[in-house]
Amino acid sequence: MPANPFNNFTHLGIGIGLRVPHYRHILSNKPTVDWFEIISENFMVDGGRPLEVLDKILEQYQVVQHGVSMYFGSAEKLNRTHLKRLKDLVKRTNTPWLSDHLCWGSVDGTYTHDLLPMPYTFEAAKRTAEKIRQVRDFVEVPICVENVSSYMEFHVSEMTEWEFLTEVVERADCGILLDVNNIYVSSRNHGFNPYDYLDNIPHHRVGQMHIAGHTKFEKYILDTHDHPVLDPVWKLYAHATRICGVTATLLEWDDRIPSFEEVHAEALKANEFITEAKVALHS
Amino acid sequence: MRSKLTDWQRTMYRAITRPLGARSPVHADAYVKPSATLRPGERVDIYNRMYWYRLLDCVADDHPGLRALLGERKFWALTHAYLHKNPSRSFTLRNLCSRMARFIAEEPNLTAPHTKAALDIARFEWAQIVAFDGPALPKLTAEDIATADPMSLRVGLQPYLSLLSLDHAVDDYIVAVKRDDALRSEASNAVTHGADKPKIKRLPPPKRERIHLAVHRLDNDLYYKRLAPDAIRLLRALGSGKPLADACATAFAHSRETPEEQAAKVQAWCSLWIQLGWIAQRPARE
Repeated sequence: MPANPFNNFTHLGIGIGLRVPHYRHILSNKPTVDWFEIISENFMVDGGRPLEVLDKILEQYQVVQHGVSMYFGSAEKLNRTHLKRLKDLVKRTNTPWLSDHLCWGSVDGTYTHDLLPMPYTFEAAKRTAEKIRQVRDFVEVPICVENVSSYMEFHVSEMTEWEFLTEVVERADCGILLDVNNIYVSSRNHGFNPYDYLDNIPHHRVGQMHIAGHTKFEKYILDTHDHPVLDPVWKLYAHATRICGVTATLLEWDDRIPSFEEVHAEALKANEFITEAKVALHS
Repeated sequence: MRSKLTDWQRTMYRAITRPLGARSPVHADAYVKPSATLRPGERVDIYNRMYWYRLLDCVADDHPGLRALLGERKFWALTHAYLHKNPSRSFTLRNLCSRMARFIAEEPNLTAPHTKAALDIARFEWAQIVAFDGPALPKLTAEDIATADPMSLRVGLQPYLSLLSLDHAVDDYIVAVKRDDALRSEASNAVTHGADKPKIKRLPPPKRERIHLAVHRLDNDLYYKRLAPDAIRLLRALGSGKPLADACATAFAHSRETPEEQAAKVQAWCSLWIQLGWIAQRPARE
């Protein structure tokens, strides 16, 4: 199950996000890391330092691309310039699969640069799936869509978030980048059981997982990616690994970024839960 | 025919991107469910804050010099006004500030009494972004130039090279600002904290001085270099597609130097510019 068409039949292990404060350490010390996830948009440029760094990383490491602004869920047409630049980057990185979010964020050519939650309607699912298919056909690599954390729900919705996710990925025949931290954050903000979410999605489509830290405020939880992973999220991750199988996992740490060693050590904690899941599966 | 989804997203977009602190143009209760702890409007406000903090942070990262010149209050007022009139039209935040200099020229009251200095700093700071990750053309070598006919030789300039003629010593000013060398980058799903942005110390305006600058990169590090007036004229003429001989005539049109002195200058400059990688093959489309 973990090596599947949606991650191009790979077994990548545990990776971390490639972030600017770690560039120097990685390039000079060449630490052993299973793989790095890059934010595609940071490297969809014409030249200069970003591409120089990327090329050096590619000499040494497996890289997987993760996007933040394709906006599969936006009602408008795909941006052709964006697509062409994305495909150029795919050729450069040889990424085994490509991920972006199940969200919207642009209207009439204007971008919010945020990952806005979808209305869970059949119309939205259909249009979103069509766009995912268009992107996959253009870039010619498998696509995994990531569930986002959210802070609002809509009256217009006709189903739960996990039903919507299922509807979209089945229609698009694509993979899922399962972000267990996002499920936890949304479950607390909206009052649903995160295990219901995990148990009711097509597990065979999970091509990658994300883990991350979040911040608790008085009235809601915010997905800040500026902390270690919290215990409830590890528990969800353990459950997800049991039901989906051991899957390529990535720790996101995007703000108040500590040393490379600290981030990597936090990511490798996932091994403990992977071992537990393997034991549980065998017993 | 417009879909329900299109109309719905336009409505939510207006609510989410409304100015910070402004009343929502949308009745949130009609669209958004309450949670156990938040009213519909409060839930929309979370996204409204995230939208503005993310973009405001981006402008602040790209314009530390403007911020030091204007001080906190004026800088944030300028930034709000800029983003209100120039929302992002690109999938990448890299291009967010591409129209800042033009906006400052169109709205001088927002930067008065330092509008001219603000304009120079904004142009310089955008040139740094272009130099950081702009495209590069194949470089010409000294041999390429030496063996070509100067009457017909047309060269190009690197697209990442910006040539600026300014009325303030912004190069010295930016050194004083001591820009944080952290590079802005987009991150996945993470919320930025606009309120956490450390303040920048306000500095007196840059010294008034006519300068000509080349903002460029070498081995992918950013640099800026002052140029003599006739040197920048020559570069601009070359960049516009004039053959070398015509470009030299333009550059030295009002010069009192002898042809030999001019030739020596051109030779020295071209040698340096070739070393710096500024002289490139003319783009194929031209």
